[in-house]
Order: sequence, then C-alpha cells, then structure tokens
Amino acid sequence: MSDREQKRTERRESETEEAVESAESVEAGQEVTERIDDLLDEIDSVLEENAEEFVKNYVQKGGE
Amino acid sequence: MSAIHKVIGTETEFGISVRNAADFNPVLASSIVVNSYAGLRAKIQWSHEEESPGRDARGFGPEGGIIPEIDGGLVNVVLGNGARFYVDHAHPEYSAPEAYDPLEATLYDKAGELVLTRAASEAHALLEEGQTLVIHKNNSDGKGNSYGSHENYLVTRDLPFSDLVDYFTTFLITRQVYTGSGKLGSENGRPAVPFQLTQRADFFEEEVGLETTLKRPIINTRDEPHGDPAKYRRLHVIIGDANMSEVQNLIKLGSGAIILMAIEDGVIPDTLRLARPVEATWQVSHDLDLNQPLELAEGGTATALELQGRYLEWARKYAENTDLPEPYEQVLTEWEMVLDDLERDPLSTSDRLDWAAKYRLLQDYRDRDGLEWSAPKLRMLALQYHDVDPAKGLFFKLEEAGRIRKLFTQAEVETAVSEPPARTRAYFRGKSVRKYGDSLVAANWDSLVFDSGEETLKRVPMMEPLRGTKELVSELLDRSDDAASLLRALGENDE
Repeated sequence: MSDREQKRTERRESETEEAVESAESVEAGQEVTERIDDLLDEIDSVLEENAEEFVKNYVQKGGE
Repeated sequence: MSAIHKVIGTETEFGISVRNAADFNPVLASSIVVNSYAGLRAKIQWSHEEESPGRDARGFGPEGGIIPEIDGGLVNVVLGNGARFYVDHAHPEYSAPEAYDPLEATLYDKAGELVLTRAASEAHALLEEGQTLVIHKNNSDGKGNSYGSHENYLVTRDLPFSDLVDYFTTFLITRQVYTGSGKLGSENGRPAVPFQLTQRADFFEEEVGLETTLKRPIINTRDEPHGDPAKYRRLHVIIGDANMSEVQNLIKLGSGAIILMAIEDGVIPDTLRLARPVEATWQVSHDLDLNQPLELAEGGTATALELQGRYLEWARKYAENTDLPEPYEQVLTEWEMVLDDLERDPLSTSDRLDWAAKYRLLQDYRDRDGLEWSAPKLRMLALQYHDVDPAKGLFFKLEEAGRIRKLFTQAEVETAVSEPPARTRAYFRGKSVRKYGDSLVAANWDSLVFDSGEETLKRVPMMEPLRGTKELVSELLDRSDDAASLLRALGENDE
C-alpha cells in the first residue's frame, strides 16, 4: 500500500469513527432530551393546580 | 488569641400558605403547624431570661424600640433532637441544634425539612375540608417580603468585633456565587433582572448593624452568645439563603467556619475590602455570568470568583497547619471544585447549587414550552422548588431523577429528627426532652429548668456549648430514671 493509500485508508477509518461517534452522540442527545421530557412531564403532574392563582396569592409577612 | 472550635447551628423561617384559603392567618397557621407536631417534643415555656436580641456586639446597649417582638404567647417546643421549633413573627421556625461540624449542621438543617413536612401533614386534621398546608423553605415571596435563614458560629470573645467586620464582609458578599438559592426577578427597588443567584441580596441595605427585619446589614451585630458571655460570641450571619441542597449547605457552612477560624488565628492577610459593599452584594447576585468586576477599596477590580479563590487559598494553607475535624477536608475539596466549575461553566454546578438547578429547570421549560421569563408557570416552578413535601417539592423531583447529589440517606435524616448531636450540649437538651420531658418546664439555649416535684424549680445552666455531650453525660442519664434523680446526680457531679 502506498503512503497515500495508507493515509486515505486512515482517513476513511477515522471518518467512519467520527460518523459512529456522531451517531452515538445524536443518540445520547436524544436520550437526554427524552429524559428531560420525562422529568418535565412528571413535574407537570405534581405542579400546583391553578398555578397562576397560587403565585398571585403567595404573599408572606416579613420575618427574622 | 487563637481559634476556638466552631459550633454551628442554622435557623430557618419557613414560608407558609394554605391551599384554598386565600385569606388565612399566617400566625394562626404557623401555630397550628408547630402545635400539631407529634414527634418527640416537650411543650415548654421558652425562657428569655438570657436572651437579649437588642444587645449590640459593638458595645452599645439596646437602641430605643428595636428589640424584636418576643413571642411570649406563641407556641414553642423543644424537640428530641435538641432543636427549637416555634412561631416567629408569622412563620414556623426551626432552629437546629448546635452541631459539632459543618457536615452535622447540614444534616440537622435537612432534618428540619422533615420536621416541617410531618408537622404540616399532622396539622391537616385541624383545617377545613379541602384546605392543605404548603410549606416552603425559601426566603422571599417575590413581592418584596423576605424572611430569614440564619447561620450561627461560635466565635471567641477575644476577637475584636471590628476584625469580623473587616475580614468577613467581602467573604460574605462573594460567597453568594455558591450560596444562592436562585430567584426570578428582583425586589425592593433593585434593577430588573430575569433571574438572580440569591433570594436575599436585594434586601441588604447596610454594611453593619443590629437590624434583621429592615435595612438588613451584611454583618449583623446582634450580641447574644447563648453561652458564657465572657468567652464567646455567637456570630449571627443573616446574609444567606435557605438551601435545599445538602452539598451546597456543606460548602456554605464549612467555608464560613474555616474562614472564621483563620480570622481568629489572625492569618487572613488582607481585608479585600470592596469600594461599595452593599452595591457589590446586589451586583454579585445579579451577575449570572459571574464575570463582573467588583471595585476594590484599595483600587483595582476583581470578580467574586477571583476573590473567593483568594479565600480558598488562605483556607487551604490554614487547614494544612491546623488540626481540623474530618469533614473540613471534604469542605475544601467541594469548595475548590465548585469554584472551578463555576469558572468553567456555571450551570455545571446544577447538580449541587440550588440557583443553578433551578435556573436549569426553568431553562428546560422555556425550551420546551417557549415561555417568557415572566410566565406565571415559571413563577410557580421557582416557588415549588422549595416545597418541603417530597411528593410535591421540585428539588426532590430533581434529586430523584439523579440531577442533584446527596450526602445523606433518608435513614440518617430520620435519625437526626429524633436523636440529638452527640458532641455538643444539644445532646443533654435533646435527651432530657426524650427522657424527662414531663418534668421540663422551661428551656433556652443555655439552660433547662426542671420541676422534679420539689418545692422549687431547678435550673441547670449549660453555658459551655461543648459540655453536656454524650461522652460526658450519657452514663449519668442512663442511671437517672427521673428528673429528681438526674438533678441529685448533677448536684453530686457538678457536671
């Protein structure tokens, strides 16, 4: 194998690796997004009903 | 002068509201919460004999009319873990027992959340149908009202108070980058921001002073040692947020304690005095990128992170030459890590800092739902982050999802609700509540008063925070079946 071919093969290999890596990171990214979505869905299910009203009425006396 | 052991305790005033009762009376609701707590406790008269919240550490007596209202008629209990649980102003307050080190202080602060959750749940029987209590461990209602989260550190009386002012002020201002619990918007007339690091910064208006309820000072001069006044001060730090995160609380309490010891030992070489401390307090809290230069009094500028780096360096050097209790190594490691992470990528600290965790959660919602910073839903999320009920509190949801690091198991927190710290006088107090609660008629931080059936009441002074420990009194408690025999044994031992 000539040097050029050698380099080309190396490049191809590294391109393949990169492609695999980027596919993996897309997958990981999707997983993260799904995990966040699941978390936000769970939080939505426990969030105070009538949130707007609750926040509006939330007044505390000063303390200390 | 040399440093003394840092006994540490936290106090938290919790936000309180009642679902489906917009016009509820917060004093009454707080009383119901404290009265309902069925855990180990003695319902007692809190004795104010030794308390003098109006005394000023700078040496002057009470100024006219500023002694905070004393809660004479309100409910007050001492818990089996040595804590005080009572109604302060219009909030339920949990004052944690004196802890031996910052890790233990963090545990007992966390135990307070469980006390409140249990008390609120038990109080439901006393409310009208459809009404439920909501307790928040926060410090602001977002409408200009703030309530406290205070840290207390035992400090030697030999240290001139002016040294604390000189050497601790800039530390307190710059530590906000890792002590804040995060807040939407600004209050008290400060410039508008979408989000800021702390709940409390907007409310600080003085450098030094006695007040805690208005014109709040960075250094509070309240001089109530709750111990031998000839030997001790209790530094009452009011410029801090209540933290949900255990790791954050550990860094906050531990870094403060090390710096105070280093100040006592006279090894902090520079005051790092800021040109305008009060404005700098607001500035640090409002600077989400953590890169704003603060003007130094001696000329030049530095960021909060750069100044914290100096304190960390001094603390490391101090720890190398001092025999500190074991958790301080963990404190230094976490402190260094959090400063590095804040420098590199502030939001990488969302696994341990409340402000970053909250900000990230709000950002996730903004991304998913396209919400403006002013959206009521974000306000609700930011508030519910602090709900102490694990079924509702968003901090706990993040923790369950593995987004927040923990230090303690649930079992450890539960034990801390009923068992006092072993290495401070809280041990004697808590154990006395557990064993002789019926004979305890009054208590405060530095004494217990027993009615053992004799003609006169007997007062047991506890002026030394590091006496009354398990090592010193457990044998005595074991062999005293009732208060009368305990008092007799104490008389013989003079312990």
